[in-house]
Amino acid sequence: MNREIKKIPLAVATGVIAVVLLYCLAFASTPPPQAGSVLPDLNLPVPERTGERNYLGLEGGTYFKIPEIKAQVVIIEIFSMYCPYCQREAPEINRMYSIIEKSPDLKDKIKLIGIGAGNSPFEVQVFKEKYTVPFPLFSDEDFTLHKCFGEVRTPYFIGVKINDDGSHRIFYSKLGEFKGAEPFLELMLQLSGLQ
Amino acid sequence: MKKNGKLIAAAAIALVFLWSTTAFGVSQAFKKNIYNPGFLKPTDSVLKVKVGEYAPDFMLPAVSGEKISLSQYRGKKNVVLSFVPAAWTPVCSDQWPGYNIVKDIFDRHDAILLGITVDNIPTLFAWTNQMGALWFPVLSDFWPHGAVAGRYGVLRSDGTSERALVVIDKKGIIRYIHVNDINKRPRLENLVKELKGLQK
Repeated sequence: MNREIKKIPLAVATGVIAVVLLYCLAFASTPPPQAGSVLPDLNLPVPERTGERNYLGLEGGTYFKIPEIKAQVVIIEIFSMYCPYCQREAPEINRMYSIIEKSPDLKDKIKLIGIGAGNSPFEVQVFKEKYTVPFPLFSDEDFTLHKCFGEVRTPYFIGVKINDDGSHRIFYSKLGEFKGAEPFLELMLQLSGLQ
Repeated sequence: MKKNGKLIAAAAIALVFLWSTTAFGVSQAFKKNIYNPGFLKPTDSVLKVKVGEYAPDFMLPAVSGEKISLSQYRGKKNVVLSFVPAAWTPVCSDQWPGYNIVKDIFDRHDAILLGITVDNIPTLFAWTNQMGALWFPVLSDFWPHGAVAGRYGVLRSDGTSERALVVIDKKGIIRYIHVNDINKRPRLENLVKELKGLQK
């Protein structure tokens, strides 16, 4: 009996250490995503708004993975409502969305999403309403996704090419450097191979 | 048993490390000029004011060059004091820029925001310039060092202030005090909820 009691703290301690080590391995030194690599294995909540679900081509469920978005290219912006550059660039990114949506050649091929690093759902909604952001934005309240993306500064852009077989590849991963709707879109088209 | 004790101690140390790491997002607006002090003791002061009391008056120089007193808003505006610990540090640099895009929320609740740090005016000038044009006054509680923060009980032992929000109504009465974990940004929705409460 006594021996069994002694074994419990040992098991608990071993378990705790294992969890901590796994956590550290998973998050402590995650580098930012690199072009040529794949995305971290992340789950995002399926948007509640029908329009946003339709935009992403998601049929239902609770969570989805970015490569499940019905598109050939997904542009991810890691932003924060507290970031001055994200605020300043928001209208221009909206304009890029409009250019894509108005183009019959691009409309169903390129989709945009934003991830609000450290932003609560309320804060993401404030940003969405303030800048009338037309594409889906996701809250990353506790920085879980941000950690998986290497705790990058904001705004940070990641371009992902989704292949017909469901596989994907990151073709762009950079901090800032959004030099306007047209040049950035042109760059995405070139690097993704859509053009 | 001794071995178990060592393992438990190791687990405890690891857990402290785990909890003591902090996450924050830094805007590229500040380039690589943000100094990261690492994890800090979440709070390090004792409040000297209470909800329901008159807020201690003060007069401080603003970055704009004027002097701002709390009492100048008496009978005119609700006031939100936003103490942040220090310029050019991670969480602080990404707090006021968020408030900068919600002037409409403050207006809706007839409130003014006063940003306060213990930094001097030149430092605040350079720092807040990176945030864009701020609609609210930024006040320097530099000299006598941290006197206002000290009077409210939010001056930390290292001379910085807490990350604290104080909501004061038009009568000058404190309606809300929140000293946040210095390593984290307070949620905007909590402040908005308090502002809504002022109208009741």
